[in-house]
Amino acid sequence: MKNDKKIKHHLSEDLLMRYSNGTLCEAFSLAVATHISMCDDCRAALESYEAVGGALLDVSDPEEMSDESFESVMALIESQPTQTTQILERAASDVPSALSDYIGGSLHDVKWRPIGLGVKQSLLKTSGNSTARLLYIPAGTAVPHHSHNGNELTLVLKGAFEDEVARFGPGDVEMADEDLDHQPVAVEGEDCVCLAVTDAPLKFQTFVHKLVQPFLKI
Amino acid sequence: MLKLFDDIENPYSQSGISSASVPEYAAGMGLSVLENNKSHDWEELLLMVSEAKDRVAFRQLFNHFAPRIKSFLMKAGADSTMAEECSQEAMATVWNKAKLFDPTRASASTWIFTIARNKRIDAIRKIRRPEPDELTWPDEIEPAQEEALELKQQSEILADAIQNLPEKQRQLVEKAFFKELSHSEIALETGLPLGTIKSRIRLALERLRHAMG
Repeated sequence: MKNDKKIKHHLSEDLLMRYSNGTLCEAFSLAVATHISMCDDCRAALESYEAVGGALLDVSDPEEMSDESFESVMALIESQPTQTTQILERAASDVPSALSDYIGGSLHDVKWRPIGLGVKQSLLKTSGNSTARLLYIPAGTAVPHHSHNGNELTLVLKGAFEDEVARFGPGDVEMADEDLDHQPVAVEGEDCVCLAVTDAPLKFQTFVHKLVQPFLKI
Repeated sequence: MLKLFDDIENPYSQSGISSASVPEYAAGMGLSVLENNKSHDWEELLLMVSEAKDRVAFRQLFNHFAPRIKSFLMKAGADSTMAEECSQEAMATVWNKAKLFDPTRASASTWIFTIARNKRIDAIRKIRRPEPDELTWPDEIEPAQEEALELKQQSEILADAIQNLPEKQRQLVEKAFFKELSHSEIALETGLPLGTIKSRIRLALERLRHAMG
C-alpha cells in the first residue's frame, strides 16, 4: 500500500533502531513494518541503521567456531530440500501485508467489537506484554479522554484524527507516553481507522471507563 | 525527525577521525584502490555463491562472518552452544538465499547482518517479525554497477569510521546495537557518517518515485 499524501509524523529513532537490531517486541514491530510500508523516509532511515549493523558485524571481534562447523553447515544445506522460490499468494488488501497477515485480509474483514460511543476495536494476536489493536472511530467522534502508563503508538490507516498535539492523517504516527493526556477526535468527513499499540494499559479519566477497562482489554 | 543525521555536514568532524585520512574516499575513489585496501570483496563472493554455488567463495564468507554472527548472538544473550548453532543456520540461510542478494540495495555485511538479526528474533527470542512490503525496483532505472560500487564505498567508509572511533564511543554504538539499550539511553553523539548512507538511499527512492510516476 502506497501513500500519496505526505506523511508528517514519523517513527522515532529509538523504534527504528530497535526494529533494525531485532530487539523490538512483536506488537511494536507490526506498527513499524506497517508504517515503513507507507513511508519512504523511514524506510531509508531503517536501511541506514541496518547498514550500521552490517558495519558493526564486519568489524566486531570474532568468536571461535567449533571444529567442523563449516562441514556442519554444508551438511545442513545438503539435508535441506532445494528451496523453490516461494511466492506468498496474498489477496489484494487495503493495508500493508504486515498488517493484512494479522487481520486475514482487508479492513472490511476485521471483526469489530463496540467499546462505546460508536468507537469499535479489534485486538490483534501478538506475543509479549504489548497490545496491538485496530480502532475504528466514526467521523466527528472522540475517543474517551485518557493518559498512559507506558508508551502508546497510534498509526493512522484511514481517515484522520486530531488531538491536543496535532492532526494525524494516513501513515502518520503519534507517540504518546506518561506525560500526554489526550483526547483524539476523528476528523469530519471520513471514519478513522488506526493501528494502536501500547506497552501498558491506558488510563481512562472517567470512572465508568475505569470500571470497564479490564473487560475491554484496552 | 532524523536531526541526528541531518546536521552532520562533515561526518568526520566530530568523530575524532582526522579528515586528512579519508579524502580519497570522499573524492570518489576508484575500485582498484578499494581492492587494494580490502583483502576480500564480500559482494563478489556472495554473487559467486548466488550464481555458481561456489563453495570456495562460500568458505571465505563463512570464515569471516560465521564467527562474527556467533559473537553478535552471544552479545545478544545466547549461550555459546546456541550461538554456534544459530550462526551455522544463518550461514545456511546465506547460501540458500544468496539469489536474493542485491548489491545495489545493501552491502554484503548489511545483508548478512539482517539474516543474523532475523535469526536472533526467530530462534532466540522466538517471536514473529512483521516485515515491511518489498519495494519493487523497475530494472530500467538501475545503473547497477555504479549503484553497487557507491554503496560498497559508503559501507566501507562507515565500517572504517566505526573501527576508528575512540574505544568508548565504539562500545556505546555496539551496546546500542547488540544489546537492548534504548536510543535515549545511549546519546548517540558519535558523528558516524550515517548521512552519506542515508542520502544515497534517499536519492534512489526519489528516482524510483519519478520512474513510477
